[in-house]
Amino acid sequence: MEILVCVKRVPDTSENEIGVNSAGTDIDRDDLVYSVNEWDNYAVEEAIQIVDRVGGKVTVVAVGDNESEEVLRREMAMGANDGLLLSDDAFVGSDGKGIATILKAAVKKGNYDLVLTGAQADAGAGQVGGMLAAMLDQPYASLVNSIEIINDKTLKVGREIEGGNQEMNEIQMPCVLSIQTGINEPRYVGIRGIRKVASVEIPVLGASDLGISSGSTGSAGAKVKVQDYFVPQLGKGAEMLEGSTEEIIDKLIELLKAKGGLK
Amino acid sequence: MAQIFAYITHKGGAADDTAFELAAAAKKIDAGAALTAIVTGTGADLNTVCNAVTAAYNEVWKIDNPALAYPNAEVVRKALLSILPAGSIILLPHDTFGMDLGPGLSIKTDSAFVADVVGIEGVDGKTLKLVRQEFSGQVSTHVTCDASAGAVLNIRPGVCQPGEIKSVGGQVVDKSGSVGDLTVGRKFLEVVKAEVGDIDITKSEVLVSIGRGIEDQENIEIATQLAEAMGADLSCSRPIVDAKWMEKARQVGTSGQTVKPKVYLAMGISGSFQHLGGIKGSPFMVAVNKNPKAPIFQVADVGIVANILEFMPELTEKINGL
Repeated sequence: MEILVCVKRVPDTSENEIGVNSAGTDIDRDDLVYSVNEWDNYAVEEAIQIVDRVGGKVTVVAVGDNESEEVLRREMAMGANDGLLLSDDAFVGSDGKGIATILKAAVKKGNYDLVLTGAQADAGAGQVGGMLAAMLDQPYASLVNSIEIINDKTLKVGREIEGGNQEMNEIQMPCVLSIQTGINEPRYVGIRGIRKVASVEIPVLGASDLGISSGSTGSAGAKVKVQDYFVPQLGKGAEMLEGSTEEIIDKLIELLKAKGGLK
Repeated sequence: MAQIFAYITHKGGAADDTAFELAAAAKKIDAGAALTAIVTGTGADLNTVCNAVTAAYNEVWKIDNPALAYPNAEVVRKALLSILPAGSIILLPHDTFGMDLGPGLSIKTDSAFVADVVGIEGVDGKTLKLVRQEFSGQVSTHVTCDASAGAVLNIRPGVCQPGEIKSVGGQVVDKSGSVGDLTVGRKFLEVVKAEVGDIDITKSEVLVSIGRGIEDQENIEIATQLAEAMGADLSCSRPIVDAKWMEKARQVGTSGQTVKPKVYLAMGISGSFQHLGGIKGSPFMVAVNKNPKAPIFQVADVGIVANILEFMPELTEKINGL
């Protein structure tokens, strides 16, 4: 089975506190640690496990600048066979549809039975997989948390739905699936694994290589644009307990007693 | 402004809360608009739902078809495409169904798509001004959406409260005949119900809930000891289940259990909307997190900036000494 997995380089939220820059034009990107989007990492692991079972090849693709090469290498160190970087100044500022347009062009250049994306990334939209599928006229299922291969044309996939329930579907290939976290346990990648793939060449394709017309991607093609960033105020905000740990704990115990939190 | 449609999700003959929330959202886009609901399904339940939502929608377009008995987003998309006028604004709930339907629908209608809308600030000509969040709610954004060719907007459940509904006395219009072939490449098989765990946290009055801040499986013991000292049950957020450190039945959130305790201690939980969506009944909420910017501090009653791995043992010791 030929599988393409779309991955994104994102700020690592387990390593960073995300704030807003002083002008409110972006998140504060000083000293951010980046990594592969967590959902995408599960997608790559799933693709590798499928190929381990039935044979085939896993290609990882990213849209981004040269720095995205590092996440492609990381996923290749996990076991993906090939990497592909889609990079062009004309791609900068793309909205979800723009990214899907770029990925569609890359899918068309290959012969993939299955395309996987993460269920969502840093912007929390969860849109690229569904858009890509519609552009390709392929079936789509989102939030997939189990994949079983029925035959070379059909998969049985579970979707995570509300309340911890699972919706089972049969889906025809070629198709696009967005992968939910928890579907597997992504393998650990050591420094040695990264070194092994350090010199593997990763092809870079731009807009003209992909046959993408100007104006269909980038900020010029974007109908949806982020205007500014701000720190949300959802509720009235918590009363912050301050002081020494002992003082905080005494106050907390008093509150817990009053609210029925201690039995 | 373009015609506004809302897709109504329903189950067992009852419209979802989002049915009325989407009407409220539509009014924020165009206060004077005549709203249209689209309800798909089959049989008596479908009619019940259609009649119920005439309270909030001027027209209710009904599509009755056995292929729509379960809301398979691929089938629903095909049905919608056969009846939606070009350039429409379509509102969907941002839940597991809306996430499945919205992105592809926007491509097929050649319109803009905005996911997980948490606020609607207004309209300037054909441009919608919306509010979203990024990084699990750590930052918010103002977003513009060019709706000149229509738009699909996924609205986060719970953010547009309908208030008191004065019935508009809408009409049900049967559109079943306008829908053609509904064959798609994805077939719904069944819903597998969540496994029941050893403890039913939906019944717990006091919950100690742990998130990423627990850092390691071995540290769960620290939280267990606190829960025991308090006479509470232990629950968790999604990453703990993803890591297979605790069972799914202990997960609080929209994709896990919906809990309604009196007291909720969020320990090392950042507070994504999916997690908060699983906490009902306005419990007294205490949040302990080492990140002072964690979104959980905006919704908690009491907040403490601390490393839970140091804080919890001290709290346990003090409670045990009472």
